[in-house]
Amino acid sequence: MSAAAQPSSARPENPGPSPVPADARAVMASSDVSRALRRIAHEILEGNRGTDGLVVMGIPSRGVQLARRLGAVIEEVEGTSVPIGSLDVTMQRDDLRRQPVRPVARTQVPPGGVDGKVVVLVDDVLYSGRTIRAALEALAELGRPRIVRLAVLVDRGHRELPIRADHVGKNLPTSSSERVHVRLAEVDGEEDSVKISGGKTTDATGEEA
Amino acid sequence: MRRHLLSSADLSRAETEAVLTTAESMHDVQTREVKKIPTLRGRTIINLFFEDSTRTRSSFEIAGKWMSADTINISGKGSSTSKGESLRDTVRTIDAMGVDALVMRHAASGAAHQVARWVRCSVVNAGDGTHEHPTQALLDAYTLRRQIGGEDRSLEGKHVAIVGDLTHSRVFRSNVITLARLGARVTAVAPPTLMPSGVGPWSKAEGFETSYDLDDVLSGSHGDVDAVMMLRVQRERMSGGYFPTPREYTVGYGLTRPRLERLLDARPDVAILHPGPMNRGLEIAADAADSASSLVLDQVSAGVAVRMAVLYHLLAGADETQPTSTTATTSTEVPA
Repeated sequence: MSAAAQPSSARPENPGPSPVPADARAVMASSDVSRALRRIAHEILEGNRGTDGLVVMGIPSRGVQLARRLGAVIEEVEGTSVPIGSLDVTMQRDDLRRQPVRPVARTQVPPGGVDGKVVVLVDDVLYSGRTIRAALEALAELGRPRIVRLAVLVDRGHRELPIRADHVGKNLPTSSSERVHVRLAEVDGEEDSVKISGGKTTDATGEEA
Repeated sequence: MRRHLLSSADLSRAETEAVLTTAESMHDVQTREVKKIPTLRGRTIINLFFEDSTRTRSSFEIAGKWMSADTINISGKGSSTSKGESLRDTVRTIDAMGVDALVMRHAASGAAHQVARWVRCSVVNAGDGTHEHPTQALLDAYTLRRQIGGEDRSLEGKHVAIVGDLTHSRVFRSNVITLARLGARVTAVAPPTLMPSGVGPWSKAEGFETSYDLDDVLSGSHGDVDAVMMLRVQRERMSGGYFPTPREYTVGYGLTRPRLERLLDARPDVAILHPGPMNRGLEIAADAADSASSLVLDQVSAGVAVRMAVLYHLLAGADETQPTSTTATTSTEVPA
């Protein structure tokens, strides 16, 4: 195989992000991330009236960590654990042909499956909505949830599809030339943070990843 | 840059592991009620087989179809080559139709490499004569990783004995490369007549050992054996007397019931592989082929997942001959 397949790693759960530029502006610190997740967990429980039928599925890579954290808060608040899963959307993306081959992460469906469940999809940043479209398709291939909701740490706008989040940690108005950098301790080995860089140049990709 | 899989040596260790990791995800698709993902929608894959095949051809076809590619089978017997058309004209004709990939099996060693120079589309070598069969080596490695690789799916330091008709075996040639890439040790066992000529320098270069004594190897003289891969005696490629009688071959080099019992006594967790089709009673006894240690059907199952992964890595990404309109970034930098 030629250099077409250039996996950055055989472990897709470690995507090896590019360094955050030194001039990036911090918009959420570790404590802000924790508070946002705690609020989202309460919102999920309030909307669902408890944990009945609830399944939380993160979109790799950082969405999976966020899903686990939400699960931990829910268990702490309610005293019962909720099934946590992961949902890889690589195979359902509509931009596969527009960039080099992406490493594939695992989809892990909790033992009870998703049929008839209230599935909360979790991702770090909501942007064009194309990842979530792919996630809805990937989820439909696994079964028929009763309800699908979406929780994101950051909504940066610039939607290209009629998709919205039910639970948002922080609404972050951005220009399309800016880049949002999310860092989580479990994935990146550094303190939780959300930062923005760019915005002065016109090097926007205009594409979701 | 064109993208082909012609030899196991085309893949670095990282690429080999990436394909096998992707195959784990693809394996999940096999267990679903609806076995269909949209990944290769709009791509066209031609399976061009000039030799008979059950597993490879059908698994490539299933792999393509499960990934929503349009997959078409052409057999050598049913193509215009039977009217005298040259291989070059046949593949260039298919290429001119605008297909994306050609999965090819041919009786001539090096055929896939030659075809890759003639066509624009991707070429996957599905077996060329006695040369290579890279996707078979990948599925063997995948099966071994799941069976004896432990939690971290590692074959580092694992010892695999590959036994039988090595002279004619493309499976052996590809496996030697792939297993070495993944850090496994290989001992090649064959009668002198079926040990490839010039194996000495080759084994030094690739880092495998050789032996003419199967019982000696199975008893652990070259180190405890974690897996035994029995190869088919390829009588269709033989023109003369490689061994006096089939019975004599079986006594010396077959995985017979007594040999299996001795092996299982010493190594209860040993994995037994065979690429198929099996000559039951010749290189492998029915007791061994059907034993709990046999991974023959696991290999078949892995074949679909691994070929899906290979097609994904070859066909799913941007055509590198064209400038891409985007900059690849992680999901964090330019999220959805």
